[in-house]
Amino acid sequence: MRRDVFQGIADPTRRSIILLIALQAMTPNALAEHFDISRQAVSKHLRVLTECQLLKQSPEGREIYYELNVSKMKEIDKFLAEFRKIWETRFNQLDEVLLTLKNKKK
Amino acid sequence: MNHNLTFDFSVDKENKTIKVKREFAAAHSLVWDAYTKSEILDQWWAPKPWQARTKRMDFREGGEWLYAMTGPEGEEHWSIARYTAVDPKNSFTGTDAFTDASGKINPDMPQSKWSVVFKPMGDKTLVTFTIQYPDLAQLEETIKMGFKEGLSAAMEGLDALLPSLKKSGQ
Repeated sequence: MRRDVFQGIADPTRRSIILLIALQAMTPNALAEHFDISRQAVSKHLRVLTECQLLKQSPEGREIYYELNVSKMKEIDKFLAEFRKIWETRFNQLDEVLLTLKNKKK
Repeated sequence: MNHNLTFDFSVDKENKTIKVKREFAAAHSLVWDAYTKSEILDQWWAPKPWQARTKRMDFREGGEWLYAMTGPEGEEHWSIARYTAVDPKNSFTGTDAFTDASGKINPDMPQSKWSVVFKPMGDKTLVTFTIQYPDLAQLEETIKMGFKEGLSAAMEGLDALLPSLKKSGQ
């Protein structure tokens, strides 16, 4: 199944995980201490976040640390910026149409 | 072109809502017409070089607007807007979906709910567009629907236009 960044941030627990990991790289056990849900549930969220490339794994000794994939986080903002530009273009066109309509009325 | 008009674009990722506020230098009733009459919508709704082309429009509660976004290479993306509530000169709400030329909805494509509110501000009018997606991932699909090419072309056009506007505007 194809995952994308928006699926990653669609869940409130996953957003909390992202916020915690943004502060420092963490192991699944350390993360699980912050939540009332089971260790398995935390692992599942970590899997989703890794599949949509919001998190990266970095093994250190026997432990696996999760860290934020900053470039992927920026992708979300890129899409939103493009959407914003569509609206800006649209509205600039409407400005011109309104001007023409006003002049016709006079 | 007046560059002192308010433009505000905000995203609420948690509620999957995008709010776009824009002021227009025209009377309330004229701006209302620009959003609710197909012959005017066709002139501005598609970001250039795309063109909006209305097949049919029935602006009333329960009515529909079926239109195509046509691209420079002759591409056609059909959409339908369904009006769920209309409060004349004040607001209207509805839903959006991608369709085929006959207006049959494509369930695999993004759908959204939106509302448009008009507020007179002296000789200007403030329009607030609120769009809600069931999933923000769908926004990615909407943008991929072919706007990208049109968008970058439009941006280049704007870049070319800006220096001349700055000279004449100040």
